Amino acid sequence: MTEDNRNNVLQCEIIETRREMSLSDLCEVCTVTSERIVQLVDEGLVDPVGREPAEWRFSGRSVTRVVVAERLSRDLRLNAAGAALVLDLLDEVTQLRQRLLRLEETDES
Amino acid sequence: MEFKDYYKVMGVERDAAQDEIKRAYRKLARKYHPDVSKESDAEQRFKEVGEAYAVLKDPEKRAAYDQLGADWKKGQDFQPPPNWDQGFEFHGGDATGRGAEEFSDFFETLFGRGDFRGGFTRADHRSSAARGEDTFAKIVVDLEDSYRGATRGVTLKHTEIGDDGRPTLRERTLNVKIPKGVRPGQHIRLAKQGSVGVGGGASGDLLLEIAFRQHPKFLVEGKDVYLNLRVAPWEAELGASVKMSTPTGDVDLTIPRHSKTGQKLRLKGRGLPGKEPGDFYAVLQIALPRAETDDEKAAYREFASSFDFDPRRDKEG
Repeated sequence: MTEDNRNNVLQCEIIETRREMSLSDLCEVCTVTSERIVQLVDEGLVDPVGREPAEWRFSGRSVTRVVVAERLSRDLRLNAAGAALVLDLLDEVTQLRQRLLRLEETDES
Repeated sequence: MEFKDYYKVMGVERDAAQDEIKRAYRKLARKYHPDVSKESDAEQRFKEVGEAYAVLKDPEKRAAYDQLGADWKKGQDFQPPPNWDQGFEFHGGDATGRGAEEFSDFFETLFGRGDFRGGFTRADHRSSAARGEDTFAKIVVDLEDSYRGATRGVTLKHTEIGDDGRPTLRERTLNVKIPKGVRPGQHIRLAKQGSVGVGGGASGDLLLEIAFRQHPKFLVEGKDVYLNLRVAPWEAELGASVKMSTPTGDVDLTIPRHSKTGQKLRLKGRGLPGKEPGDFYAVLQIALPRAETDDEKAAYREFASSFDFDPRRDKEG
């Protein structure tokens, strides 16, 4: 079945560049508990600005980090520290892949 | 309905020990996890492996599956023998394991539909009026879409449990405004386009991960954009002004004297747009003309005799 919404153009926002979020915003967007977020902050998986949880402000990038960390924890039974390591390595791999692609292109020309 | 060879999916023998199956599963789950894997069919493989493991990890289900016999081949048309599961008692509930996606018809015919949660979506345990789950998808856009902003039709497939309780595949096309400055790997959020809420709860959001289609000329690294620019040896050495294409149109680029291969010339702020825009880089590649005619060969010889130049002298020391 096809549902066609072609006539409405849906507006959207880029999560990563979105304005800073409070702890409860982040919990709501990621559907996780605040206890879980506190745990992830303790592991440095997300890094809010501010001292107290009530003052914490998270960047938009935190959303995808939390969501992917939750999937990794569930599917691969990683703890928060393991998920944090995987996320950091994935960022690095992405950067290296893009650079490799560019340099390989250079070799061919 | 196609027969599924769960042992083959897991890469184990039919007489594999439970421990062996567990180890095989862990390994394959890491290999094909869609957040980690770069295999193009990772998500599909991850689901297959999850389904195979749901059967083989459970001694009851495994025994029932085994008595179908070893003669079935993958993809063969399959009908379960009558009363095939007689004498087997399945303990339902969590039978499908955590994070189970909707399983294949083959699985459901044999073991029924468990209490499926959305697999590659977030869990939401709140009861009564619950907000629908956020759903995820990937879309591919062109580099130019990020420079200019664009509206793109995006067709998404999703499974819905119909009134008869069977999952049906639905397709919907959304017209999505691709925001200017979006970068590969970023996510855009479409409010209320995710799963429908339960009991009057609000719908979840749809999150689209952005990938760029490979561009024939330009390469993207983070927010910066690169072009490998071919220049003649005399342009590189004597300096020149050359025409260069950029995603926003042609520009005249000044090649400084004594330029080298690999040297980067930066156009500040001409990368992907945004509050902090990226830069555009031309990476110089010195291209040598082929000497075919006598005149051309003579030109190279004259070139050689004009210089006291040994390219190995400095490099090899």
